[in-house]
Amino acid sequence: MKILVCITHVPDTTSKINFKDNNTKFDPTGVQFIIGPYDDYALARAIEIKESTPGTTVTVLNVGLAETEPTIRKALAIGADDAIRVNADPTDSFFVASQIAEQAKAGGYELILMGRESIDYNSGVVHSIVGEMLGIPSVSPVMKLELSGNTAKLAREIEGGKEYLEVSLPFVAGCQEPIAEWKIPNMRGIMSARTKPLKVVEPKSVNSGVATQKYELPKPKGSVKMISADNVKELVNLLKNEAKVL
Amino acid sequence: MATATETKKAIRGGEFLIRETEAHEIFIPEDFNEEQKMIEQQCKDFLAKEVYNRLDEIDSMKDPKLMPSLLDKAGELGLLGTSVPTEYGGFGMDFNTTMLVAEVIGAGHSVAVALSAHTGIGTLPIVYYGNEEQKKKYLPKLATGEYKAAYCLTEPDSGSDANSGKTKAKLSADGKHYVINGQKMWITNGGFADIYIVFAKIDNDKNLSAFIVERAFGGITMNEEEHKMGIKGSSTRQIFFNDCKVPVENLLSERENGFKIAVNILNVGRIKLAVAAVGGSKKTISTAVNYAKERKQFNTAIANFGAIKHKIAEMTTRVFASESACYRAGQNIDDATNALIAGGMDSAKAKLKSLEEFAIECAIMKVHGSEVLDFVVDEGVQIYGGMGFSAEGPMDRAYRDARINRIFEGTNEINRMLTIDMLLKRAMKGQLDLMNPAMAVQKELMAVPDFSSGDDAGVFAKEKKALANLKKAGLMVAGAAVQKFMMKLSDEQEVLMNLADMLIEGYVAESTLLRVEKLMSIRGEANCQIEKEMAIVYLHEAIENAASAGKQAIYAFADGDELRLMLLGLKRFTKIDPYNLKEARRRIANHVIEKGEYPF
Ligand SMILES: Cc1cc2nc3c(=O)[nH]c(=O)nc-3n(C[C@H](O)[C@H](O)[C@H](O)COP(=O)(O)OP(=O)(O)OC[C@H]3O[C@@H](n4cnc5c(N)ncnc54)[C@H](O)[C@@H]3O)c2cc1C
Repeated sequence: MKILVCITHVPDTTSKINFKDNNTKFDPTGVQFIIGPYDDYALARAIEIKESTPGTTVTVLNVGLAETEPTIRKALAIGADDAIRVNADPTDSFFVASQIAEQAKAGGYELILMGRESIDYNSGVVHSIVGEMLGIPSVSPVMKLELSGNTAKLAREIEGGKEYLEVSLPFVAGCQEPIAEWKIPNMRGIMSARTKPLKVVEPKSVNSGVATQKYELPKPKGSVKMISADNVKELVNLLKNEAKVL
Repeated sequence: MATATETKKAIRGGEFLIRETEAHEIFIPEDFNEEQKMIEQQCKDFLAKEVYNRLDEIDSMKDPKLMPSLLDKAGELGLLGTSVPTEYGGFGMDFNTTMLVAEVIGAGHSVAVALSAHTGIGTLPIVYYGNEEQKKKYLPKLATGEYKAAYCLTEPDSGSDANSGKTKAKLSADGKHYVINGQKMWITNGGFADIYIVFAKIDNDKNLSAFIVERAFGGITMNEEEHKMGIKGSSTRQIFFNDCKVPVENLLSERENGFKIAVNILNVGRIKLAVAAVGGSKKTISTAVNYAKERKQFNTAIANFGAIKHKIAEMTTRVFASESACYRAGQNIDDATNALIAGGMDSAKAKLKSLEEFAIECAIMKVHGSEVLDFVVDEGVQIYGGMGFSAEGPMDRAYRDARINRIFEGTNEINRMLTIDMLLKRAMKGQLDLMNPAMAVQKELMAVPDFSSGDDAGVFAKEKKALANLKKAGLMVAGAAVQKFMMKLSDEQEVLMNLADMLIEGYVAESTLLRVEKLMSIRGEANCQIEKEMAIVYLHEAIENAASAGKQAIYAFADGDELRLMLLGLKRFTKIDPYNLKEARRRIANHVIEKGEYPF
């Protein structure tokens, strides 16, 4: 079986976010980049399947410029067999999904896994667009994935509960925990990452309708007002008149 | 890397004292490559996933299987085989990469101790001294963690005086076994180890021999776990050997070579301990800084107070300094090893020889690393205030666990004395020319003082001049002490401690200065302002400490004109231009506070 795992190259969760060029660009100076945490789960599940299903290969794909290669090699260290980097700045979801769909078509993958969303822009729609473009099912957020023959049993988080589905291959899944335990690369993996194939391909041209105007940091949180537990009246009053949420 | 190594000049251990090292010659942590950074992250992930969430459970020792199971997990990740050659199932990594692993794991409290005892003193005797059969038999299993190892040198009556042990080995009548009898104490990993490296004297030998003892051989019993001040989760046992039958083929190296093995293995242990202390210190700084940002008193975060900033800057600067020197020495060891291998030596011998060459630096770093860690955890407690004294807060464990580092792998007193002892021995053997530089200093002392403060051109010109003078101060005091006491110097331990302090400060200050100079040449000066401040602050402190130590020493053995002359000399050689250290420390602290962690 051929599995494609799409990974994002995102700022570490504790990074301090700054912008440059008049707040029109994210400033990566001093930021440490990681594999998107949700993508990490997708990758870990793919490796588990590879380990339990002989003949399975796992390819990782990233749409990004050359600076994402250390992140890609980390995925190779974790256990992917080879990698594709689409040499382009991942400007928006539609653009990225178009590139993934293009590669997925060419590679003939039976399973396309990725995180439920990236943790930089968190749009969480790439899996759906890829599914649509390829004309195959897409499911997200998937917290359980068991293969049996040509179908897969999935559990999906929905509001207030879980949904259990059966999907036939090929399909796209946006993953989240606890689909698998995240994996730490072992030393052998790290030392072999350099020697695994990492193919760089040029992007197909896409008319994406998104342009970034400006970035803004969220306003710092205001101070907290403490209200005594038995003063419900005051609480309602403040929520209504001051916070204006009621 | 290989070509760069070939062109490097062979540097000798201890030579830093009389040689001007150039910045490009040293390795700096910022030189680590992508693969090494991935390994660093791997170790951090291991601690985050397996260790930090169960520190209490580990320390409680309720489940005796927990620590071995954590070592198994480390083994699965390959963390136990970094120093084991590839032919024997390990990864045969260069020394500085194994240092990096030791650093990160060093933040792992009891797990750090268990892991480093296994990979270091437990496994390395076989890596370095084992014969082919022994290596084949034991190393693959030690590299994966299937076998866990301990090292049995210390006895109730034989601690610092390690060669005085009473444990005996007697050849059996049929000549097939050594029968070991005796008692060992303070044995890390003792409770669960499968393999013990045991030091004992054969018959009436003067010197120790070393044996590879399997728990399965029988004749081994032990006391309950020791109740300790810190690293409570690491197994520490008293072990009894009662007619323990060890096949003759398990003698490690040659008869009576045990003390040499013990000493050489400790060289590795010492510098690894230092870099592990750096790892522990970094984590403590990050924790303390975050607390300082959150804790409010007088309506402001305590991180805004100058007194707290001073602490944060000091903690950070000292760790940065210690780290600089650790990896500089680590690379010296790697370079020396590669040069010997290129000359045809086998790799185990080459590594041993290189470690021996840099034994002075290993001892220096052991003292510095462990004392910086103790400083850092102490100030960590202070930043936490009452919460620092609470057994529920994170500083309690950090404080208690740090303390052992000044005791094991040779106490800091023993290591201080060793640095000077080794240095003088090398001078005596003609391996290191201390004589001429020391005489030149004496001459300079009699000449008209040079009041210029350096040629003022080039990076750190003034600081380098001050550093060169600091070394001269060391040579001056050491030279006079040697002349005064001759062979009796070893009885003047107080003076030896003073000399060691001067030496340590000189080495670490120089390493820090060189690291920052190299960094500036790579990143541009504008991008290393904080690092530059740290190098300067550290140099000022080093000079002050050395001046104080030098004065103590001079008072101890000089009087009259000689005393006056030497004090003048010391003053001249420990002069440095004033610098607003308070402002420098504020800038350092502000940077660390902004980043919310140890940021270098
Ligand atoms: C938690 C723990 C784990 C350990 N793990 C191991 C292990 O795995 N294997 C192992 O073999 N050992 C181990 N040790 C033993 C450790 O190496 C010794 O405790 C250490 O070497 C000091 O020996 P000692 O305890 O006998 O102290 P002593 O030698 O009695 O020293 C007491 C004091 O006297 C000073 N002193 C001693 N001799 C001199 C001298 N000549 N001049 C000046 N001062 C001197 C010392 O510096 C110290 O301050 C461990 C110890 C502990 C506490």
